[in-house]
Amino acid sequence: MIAFTVNRRQVRVEADSSTPLLWVLRENLGLTGTKYGCGMAQCGACTVHIDGEAVRSCVAPVSRAAGRHVTTIEGLSSDLSHPLQRAWIEIDVPQCGYCQSGQIMSAAVLLREKPNPTDDDIDQALAGNICRCGTYCRIRRAVHRAAELARGAK
Amino acid sequence: MNSPQGLSRRDFLRVGVAAGGGLLIGIPLPQLSSSQAGSNEAFRPNAFVRVGTDSIVTVIIGKSEMGTGIYTALPMMVAEEMDADWRNVRVEAAPVGKVYFHPTFGIQMTGGSSSVTSEWDSLRKAGAIARAMLIAAAAGQWAVDPTGCRTEKGEVVHQATNRRLSYGALAERAATLSPPADVPVKDASDFTLIGRPTHRLDTASKANGTALFGIDAQAPGMLTALIARPPVFGAKATRINDTKTKKIAGVKAVVPVQAGVAVVANGFWAAKLGRDALEIYWDEGPNATISTAAIREEYARLAKTPGKVARHDGDAAEAFGRAAKQITAEYEVPYLAHATMEPLNCLVDLREDRCDIWTGTQFQSLDHAAAVNLTGLQPSQVHVHTMMLGGGFGRRGSATSEFVVEAVEVAKAIHAPVKVVWTREDDIRGGWYRPLAYDRIAAGLDENGNPIAWEHTIVSQGVLEGTMFAPDGNDGSSLEGAVEMPYAIPNVTVALHPRKVGVPVLWWRSVGNSHTAFVVESFIDELAHLAGKDPYEFRRTLLKKKPRHLAVLDLAAKKGNWGASLPKGHGRGIALHFSFDTYVAEVAEVSVSEQGKVRIHRVVASVDCGRIVNPDGVAAQMEGGIVFGLSAALKGEITIERGHVQQRNFHDYQVLRINEAPSIEVYMVDNAEHPQGVGEPPVPPIAPAVANAIFAATGKRVRKLPIRMSEAV
Repeated sequence: MIAFTVNRRQVRVEADSSTPLLWVLRENLGLTGTKYGCGMAQCGACTVHIDGEAVRSCVAPVSRAAGRHVTTIEGLSSDLSHPLQRAWIEIDVPQCGYCQSGQIMSAAVLLREKPNPTDDDIDQALAGNICRCGTYCRIRRAVHRAAELARGAK
Repeated sequence: MNSPQGLSRRDFLRVGVAAGGGLLIGIPLPQLSSSQAGSNEAFRPNAFVRVGTDSIVTVIIGKSEMGTGIYTALPMMVAEEMDADWRNVRVEAAPVGKVYFHPTFGIQMTGGSSSVTSEWDSLRKAGAIARAMLIAAAAGQWAVDPTGCRTEKGEVVHQATNRRLSYGALAERAATLSPPADVPVKDASDFTLIGRPTHRLDTASKANGTALFGIDAQAPGMLTALIARPPVFGAKATRINDTKTKKIAGVKAVVPVQAGVAVVANGFWAAKLGRDALEIYWDEGPNATISTAAIREEYARLAKTPGKVARHDGDAAEAFGRAAKQITAEYEVPYLAHATMEPLNCLVDLREDRCDIWTGTQFQSLDHAAAVNLTGLQPSQVHVHTMMLGGGFGRRGSATSEFVVEAVEVAKAIHAPVKVVWTREDDIRGGWYRPLAYDRIAAGLDENGNPIAWEHTIVSQGVLEGTMFAPDGNDGSSLEGAVEMPYAIPNVTVALHPRKVGVPVLWWRSVGNSHTAFVVESFIDELAHLAGKDPYEFRRTLLKKKPRHLAVLDLAAKKGNWGASLPKGHGRGIALHFSFDTYVAEVAEVSVSEQGKVRIHRVVASVDCGRIVNPDGVAAQMEGGIVFGLSAALKGEITIERGHVQQRNFHDYQVLRINEAPSIEVYMVDNAEHPQGVGEPPVPPIAPAVANAIFAATGKRVRKLPIRMSEAV
């Protein structure tokens, strides 16, 4: 039995401690917004936060979450109000959308650390997140826009 | 899941009351002759539009949303004609039904950049009929002449009295009316939605994780299976030792299937551990000798010999005899995996009298027919639920329905709902690649530098053989884009050596064009250089009778600052390609470092896809297609040694990342031509635009993809 917090909710799961957090989130907890893409921390589709840090949940054993706070895309906001979500919608970033949970979760850490990121900052922070549909230009625009929105811009 | 439930055959009517109340409208399309085994036109109600009493307009789409924006562009057509309030428009995935079959291909499918084109008339007509009936209902309720009524934003308005009724308030009354015999669609000058940048209907669900892909589908008591797949294409498991596998907690069963050996468990991870623990002895079979190096050698040898002629204008051999200058070059491209972000998967819930299938597919009706065939159930008992597709690029359009077939096979063996999931390794090593191709191409110029002879020989595997797309066995897929070489050259021969190789190949975003555009557009650049002319101007002179080609070329050149100076080490390249009835030109600005590292700084693209339905959707497809093409230009390569694929995941089958992505600008030629698709056409021109830019920057010619400066000549 492993206990941790997911999106501010206390959970206890019956899982082998070496099971990747990704599968516990998706299968035990039904949080399917976090995606499987590669299983070896190459694509970033599975990105979640553990105590605020971006983690590739496909290679992080669930034991790493024990006693910690996990945030998934479902917990970023309850109503699409996070500046990144607002910007993503305004700019219509997603195409197939499969990678976008991971993109947004990686970008969220960037924005917290660098509220006014440059293109280079964005490229560095999101280089671990593959988008096969090629939405990169819009991701850059949307992260800048989210930074504006976070500063209270209209 | 999202399909209309509980309606009977009787409901396959032009109009009826929807299950949840309200108006249901369907347009029976001409019955199609090519019936797939097991299909049945009326096991589901067929309809395109449903208006709820809550004023929600649900557009039922038989196409798959794989990212291209179809779940927005197609509803726009209906909403435009209905004057629906866009905020109240929703999309629902259609069940399998003949009414949704592709008018040309005779199956329910999404591909060939054809959805906007093929649905343009039928969906607008569906919307127009709905609107006419809502007006008739309002006129009846008010006891006024319907000609005195108009519609706007989901309401019927009586003009004389300014009375208004919402579509929701009218839906039930409208459903009791007889449909009009014929209703004209709007004149384009009256469009208020089509042609305007319109937000996608699916963005919010993709920004908060609620969009449901096939891999997210669930059924009560569901198990998960991974299949140990053959290490060589066509290899057979001869002996299986599953002792260790069965000791792993959560593993429920080990099931041999055609595709390999399935390990069924209570979740992905247990199935994965179970699969890793399997000991399988494989008879690798005849494909164990395959190597891409040997294929390449064979193709290179064949390319020097005459192939089967596909285009023959004038007399190229004679023209070469009198050419002032000649050039011959050989080009090659590798096998490529689609590498959709969502690996293939399929959930099957098989009962005695019913089979439900949840998957992201491009070929619903073939999958349905395959499941009917395997289960022995009636067509009406098999239900395909189309989920969101985490990328398609052709990979989810399987002529053999293999990712559905294997899941049904496992479900038959274990008596529980089961979801088969492919790992990334399964995906990269699983075949169904864009074919490897080797081209030899020669041209002759007269004394003024005008091309007078063109001879292009292609050696490759076709992807259409044995599918419904080549009913006469004539597979021209390796030639597409080469046969249509648009430049005014009087003597042209294009020929093919079709090859059969034990590597399964498939349509890959833009199909044959993904290889032929690289060859034709790079070689035209070589000719311009040989003639001592500017590559843009050289193309212009040869396109005088091709106004739509010329328009996109000029637009890209102008917006891409063609001719303006660039920093040292930088170069600008241009390329143009017509595919899927859409014209695209692209100008790439690149630099090459002293170490040979290629960086793409800026891409300026122009597109003529006829009338534009959603400009922002067109821009998104252009941006995405260019990035997709750049992955192939700079990185993608599947190699095989002794039958074994050498790549396995994103570390060794690399794709473009954000830090490598250029800025992209898109310009559109808007016109009144029939609308065409844009999913694939942006892909072909980018590799040659980049290769030509590299030549401009370095004087080195790239004739092989992926681009490696050490191999440039």
